[in-house]
Amino acid sequence: MNRFDYIRPTTIPEAVAAASAPGAAYLAAGTNLVDLMKGGIARPSRLVDVGRLPGLSAIEHLPDGGVRIGALVRNADLAYDPGFARRFPAVAEALLSGASAQLRNAATVGGNLLQRTRCAYFHDVASACNKREPGAGCDARGGENRLHAVLGWSEGCIATHPSDFCVPLAAFNAIVEVAGATGHRDIPLEEFHLLPGETPERETLLAPGELILALRLPGTEAAFAAHARYLKVRERTSYAFAVVSAAAGLRLDGGRIAEARLALGGVALKPWRARAAEAALVGATPDEAAFRLAAEAALEAARPSGDNAFKIELARRILVRALTLAAAGTPARMPALPASPFAIGA
Amino acid sequence: MSENTLAQAPVHLRQGSSIGQPLTRRDGVLKVTGGAVYAADNHPPGLLHAVLAVSTIARGRVAALDLAAARAHPGVVEVMTPGHKPALAQDPDEKAGPFAFRLDLLQDDRVRYANQSIAVVIAETIEAATEGAALLAPRYEVEPARMDLHDAESFFPAVVGAGTPAAEHHGDVDAGMAAAAVRVEATYDTSAQYHNAMEPHAIVAVWDGDKLRLDTPSQGMAMAQARIAGLFGIPPENIHIRSPFLGGGFGSKGMISGPQVLGIMAAKLVGRPVKLVLRREQMYGPVGHRAPTRQTLRLGADAGGALTAIGHHTKTASSSFDDFFEPASGASHSLYASPAIATSHEGVRLDTGTPLFMRAPGEATGSIALESAIDEMADACGMDPLTFRLKNYAEVEPISGKPFSSKALRQCYEQGAARFGWASRPLAPRMMRDAAGMLVGWGMGTATFPALMFQAKARATLRRDGTGLMEIGAHDMGQGAWTALAQIAADGLGLDIDQVEFRSGTSDLPDGGIAGGSAHTATAGMAVHGAGADVIARLAELATGDERSPLFGAGNAGVVARGGRLSRRDDEARGESYADILDRAGLAGIEGSGGSAANPVAQSAYAMHAHGAVFAEVKVDPDLGQIRVTRLVGAFAAGTIINPRMVRSQYYGGMIWGLSFALLEKAVTDRRSGRIMNADLGEYHVPVNADVPSVEAILVEERDAHVNALGIKGVGEIGITGTAGAIANAVWHATGRRVRQFPITLDRLID
Repeated sequence: MNRFDYIRPTTIPEAVAAASAPGAAYLAAGTNLVDLMKGGIARPSRLVDVGRLPGLSAIEHLPDGGVRIGALVRNADLAYDPGFARRFPAVAEALLSGASAQLRNAATVGGNLLQRTRCAYFHDVASACNKREPGAGCDARGGENRLHAVLGWSEGCIATHPSDFCVPLAAFNAIVEVAGATGHRDIPLEEFHLLPGETPERETLLAPGELILALRLPGTEAAFAAHARYLKVRERTSYAFAVVSAAAGLRLDGGRIAEARLALGGVALKPWRARAAEAALVGATPDEAAFRLAAEAALEAARPSGDNAFKIELARRILVRALTLAAAGTPARMPALPASPFAIGA
Repeated sequence: MSENTLAQAPVHLRQGSSIGQPLTRRDGVLKVTGGAVYAADNHPPGLLHAVLAVSTIARGRVAALDLAAARAHPGVVEVMTPGHKPALAQDPDEKAGPFAFRLDLLQDDRVRYANQSIAVVIAETIEAATEGAALLAPRYEVEPARMDLHDAESFFPAVVGAGTPAAEHHGDVDAGMAAAAVRVEATYDTSAQYHNAMEPHAIVAVWDGDKLRLDTPSQGMAMAQARIAGLFGIPPENIHIRSPFLGGGFGSKGMISGPQVLGIMAAKLVGRPVKLVLRREQMYGPVGHRAPTRQTLRLGADAGGALTAIGHHTKTASSSFDDFFEPASGASHSLYASPAIATSHEGVRLDTGTPLFMRAPGEATGSIALESAIDEMADACGMDPLTFRLKNYAEVEPISGKPFSSKALRQCYEQGAARFGWASRPLAPRMMRDAAGMLVGWGMGTATFPALMFQAKARATLRRDGTGLMEIGAHDMGQGAWTALAQIAADGLGLDIDQVEFRSGTSDLPDGGIAGGSAHTATAGMAVHGAGADVIARLAELATGDERSPLFGAGNAGVVARGGRLSRRDDEARGESYADILDRAGLAGIEGSGGSAANPVAQSAYAMHAHGAVFAEVKVDPDLGQIRVTRLVGAFAAGTIINPRMVRSQYYGGMIWGLSFALLEKAVTDRRSGRIMNADLGEYHVPVNADVPSVEAILVEERDAHVNALGIKGVGEIGITGTAGAIANAVWHATGRRVRQFPITLDRLID
């Protein structure tokens, strides 16, 4: 691990100032960054530890039915907050399907948004990676890329975003509140993460030094609570990243779909909001035929980036299943295996 | 996991005996309270830290290292390189004996595989050494890596595994196939797997002149002593190894590895104690692995479902510089009766580390292919897989024609099938669903592993205070040697277990033999048993020759040792305590010794194996392909069970590894660079608790009069065999789809 400066600011403006310097990185729980530093993948010259900044650890239930979540709230604390899980059950389910209990107890929601990709070529410093070193090339192309992106990838990067949490956040119109040198701003989560394009090293809309303060889920999105699920297919029953995942929410009115929310995980470098599929569902009866049409729409632009064509059909099927589960209704209790196909009957 | 202790324990309990008691592990409290000292927990004064710099290419040479940058890093003390290292007394590429595998000890600038050590940085802190290693920024002359089992030029090795013939046969397989009414010919691929014991290889080395003190995990301290002695040109007895606990070995700690020796060299170079611990990803190369295989099975059966031929051919890989060929075809030697059996192996050389022993080497790999093929044959014959196996039950060992020393496999089938509920299995696949619509499948496999014995010695002492001491340099890898061997010691000494001091885990004790081949309890246990018998005989001699003793004139054969007393066999009321005998003789204690070795007469007369039957239930999502093993039931017969609690844990662990083999484990190698791309426990998948909701192990009673005097077979490896095939067969039964590439991943189950 390289030598670095360690700074622990006590106010948000101090933190922003300290992190605006080149080579600086924010540190919260460190569940991702410390691993990256040990592997030499991240080599920040300055760590700005925001883990003890005051005022960022609250879960506030807003009068409009929405929720404001401080950036330092732990994943587990949010998932087990009864009021939150009632209003946004798919988000709670996604949280509990990620990582392990130990990691969820430590990891923060702000940090979750800034997780780096699990692409093996990004993690292997001997491989070429445009994300680590702009212009170096992408060894994932033509390499071991069975689990890589099928949507929104570019010649320069075929990695995927690893977060479960961000998938329902994208579906349910979450807002990211950030503070920067010139003040505060709101960024819709759907726009927060960037597709690789020509600049895979640019991962989010955050400017240097900008700090995530909170996430907001609007009260309007709680209207999906009765029909909201997160479904995650993975290569072992727990403690694995998604091969493909989906968040689905339905608002039913008189036996028809009044409004839908859909997003995919594990398919692109950002949580993939499927707006065309949502539009295709409006007015339809919630049945398999409608769900299939929506799934086709969601994957219309998909193409394999390597040995991963199976993920396209898998993504369609996961969308159909997630919608089927959502239509059947949110379970009264969190399943013992959250987001697993084996949540029931196992 | 269920514990059937109440239902099953009485079979194994014997009055007044420690053997057979389900004692909890005696080192358990130490382990759960952090009191157990593992190798890397040692911090002698003046300790420096060594970190390996490893190759990122698979073949070529190191052209340059930035030594100046590494040396300039604050805290770095030394950088050991091919040009700057202590001289060795022996070429690490010399093949000094059958278990002397070639080591990479910075002998030159050649790179033979990715993750090979190319330098060692020694520093005051682990952080400084780690950064120093990164600063070396090697430049290479790269040669193309040979990574594909199917592209490389193949040849036929003479021996495989630990030296067994590569090809064996009895009868005429081609004739058997020609005569068959039903034929199955299929090819199965298994993936490279790497060792991931919880404790990585570690060493703390302290030189004192030409004496060497080592804290390092070892499954074979005497072998490690011999190897290190040869390399450094010092007598083996100058090397003192402490290895009281291993955080898992599984074969990877059987022979001392290159990185461990580099730690010793580093200590010699700097003249201070040095600690070297492998990083997780550094285990993917220099400590052995399970090589990939392609296995071709040819089975023939007559119209009644009796096998007429078994052909089992394995293609596998060794490294470019040493020989170890996974002996997978051997799995077909002993399980199923057939008038014709032929097994063979074919090798290629790849630019990887040398594959070596990994839990059930050969048997695990071969079993998944054989059990899959047997299942395919049962289906082709229209027979239930258990009925088919019983139809082809081997009454003698098929390849050799020898009788079995004991074989309770029929009882394993019966008890396992009954517990599992096998009788209600529909014959056709894709017939069962659960309430949630998941496909349900049931599969089975037969488990087998040879009952081996190596050589060991032990020393026993009876003390005047009535207590006993048993000393043996045995190895506890987590399997429970501290407990099981102490139980054998207690019975051998005729004492309650709490009256016995049991010393083990250091190299200055009598050599307990290697802990491998599932043979440690039998090997070390028989030495302990022999030492106990020897010291009791000496004590009895004192008493029976002394007219003041109530045992005077009883003769050795007429004496029983129990509860710290010797009694006349014909009248147990007449006797006296050990303490009284020693007291009267004016002795502080009396010592005896014992040894063990395989009995060549019995070995040539009998085939010796443990057996088992494993039944698996899987559920498969019909649309998404995700698989879950919802139930595993194994029934195993392995001779005398010393400690049923610990044996059950061994079976659980083996069965869970079988699941891992069938569904999860695979080293993902980039064929261009030769680097393993998932060399961490986040991405190299092994089962987590949620993957094993229900595992049961039934201990089937078996008495064996030939393997050794106590009738002990091994239990450490058999659990993988049978299980992996059972799961593969259950996946077929659930889905109707036969997947012949392992691990079975969900993309193979969806179209």
